[in-house]
Amino acid sequence: MNPEDRRYTNEHEWIKIEDAQAGQALVGITEYAQDQLGDVVYFDLPQPGDTVTALHKMGEVESVKAVSDLFSPVSGEVTEINGELSDRPELVNEDPFEQGWILRVTMSDASEVDGLMSAEEYEAYTGGL
Amino acid sequence: MGLKTVLHPNHVALGARMVPFGGWDMPVQYGSILAEVKAVRTEVGIFDVSHMGRVYISGPQAAEFLDWVLTGPASALRVGRARYCMICNPAGGVIDDTIFYRLAEDRFLLIPNAGNRVEVVGWFQNQVDEKFAGGVTLDDRTLETGLIAVQGPGAAVLLDGLGGLDDGRGFSALRPFAHSRGVFEGVRVGVGRTGYTGEDGFEMAMESPDAAAVWETLVERGAVPCGLGARDVLRLEAALPLHGHEIDQNITPIEAGLGRFVRDEGEYVGAEVMRRQREEGTERKLVGLTLPGRSAPRAGYAISDGGQTVGEVTSGSYSPTLDTSIAMGYVLTRHAEAGNRVQVDIRGRSATAEIVPFPFYSRARSA
Repeated sequence: MNPEDRRYTNEHEWIKIEDAQAGQALVGITEYAQDQLGDVVYFDLPQPGDTVTALHKMGEVESVKAVSDLFSPVSGEVTEINGELSDRPELVNEDPFEQGWILRVTMSDASEVDGLMSAEEYEAYTGGL
Repeated sequence: MGLKTVLHPNHVALGARMVPFGGWDMPVQYGSILAEVKAVRTEVGIFDVSHMGRVYISGPQAAEFLDWVLTGPASALRVGRARYCMICNPAGGVIDDTIFYRLAEDRFLLIPNAGNRVEVVGWFQNQVDEKFAGGVTLDDRTLETGLIAVQGPGAAVLLDGLGGLDDGRGFSALRPFAHSRGVFEGVRVGVGRTGYTGEDGFEMAMESPDAAAVWETLVERGAVPCGLGARDVLRLEAALPLHGHEIDQNITPIEAGLGRFVRDEGEYVGAEVMRRQREEGTERKLVGLTLPGRSAPRAGYAISDGGQTVGEVTSGSYSPTLDTSIAMGYVLTRHAEAGNRVQVDIRGRSATAEIVPFPFYSRARSA
């Protein structure tokens, strides 16, 4: 159920390389994460132009019952945030891997991605939680 | 592992997420909390509230005993009526809040919170032994019965289609806080027009072996199973206190704004403190807060005014019904005036909140 075209963090974010040449990638949270959170109602996100650091906190996601930190899978610069989410945060619940993407980054060190989990590894990881 | 209610297998079969709560293993949500809240506000939701206590108090001194341990009047309550009130310690702190029903002249049913049941029964037994020995019998039947709350504007019509009261009237003939016995799809039930959602609704008690059939019938008829997550949002929107948050052993009903459930006259545990606080006022007061947007203050977050910490949030959530964030919390009384703007520290972000009168949400009442 976790797409194989991306990598995963211990904190349940995914990153999908869109353009390796330009270092452009899309970031979101996983099906497992949205299921644990329940109805998402609010995001506190960095803005385009902000820098983010691999495996450091980059924002917060709030559901009705809980608040959870969002961690950046890689280092780089935020180029876009998913504007749909401010009106429809539930997209993250409905379609976390596609329409519910959270932000787009330009990576400063694409090799950081190699340190993240594959879909298969992530599956095993969440299976043990 | 906590205690399991008689409906535990039903929750698991419905795919509920189970969490520990008050010593029990309870469903926090079946699917979407927001959808469950909406069902209760617009149609019908059902809750397994079997984790809450069913404590029967009977005997010639039952009413006199309850007059002593409760802030509400038991002896003045008519048979067939129920009332909400507090059980206080001698310092006026709230041991628990409760609804109690007068079943007969000498017999009452009291519903303590799940997490306080053992303490309440222990405290009651202590007071019986000390002051009412031989005149009062306590019988905790929580584990032998089921309790299902049916809440929402469609609750009365739904129940009337499936049974009625022993006197031949429909369940909908019950007025708020009235109760009676009846039959639901062949099952003997005790039913009260009470709840914890701010919506019209009923709470039905039945012997444990009958509970699953009642639950399943309600689900088949379209009632939406709702968990503790929705229950918490609903009660917060209606500004109903939750023990452990707005009230506890170190908070009095007067501070919590629950003075209307506390009697002026008579001797009862905590009465002296109530009377003094009514006369002199309290240093802090429970207030309602609204904040624009969806980011919610949570329990424990600091409230400040003019750079000074003046209080703390006790509960907070995004309110789907009002589409804004709401919270309750204690602030120093001089900062508690409605309309006053205060700051809430949301994990390092300072958010402006307005103090508003309770409740946040109240249903439209017809007739």
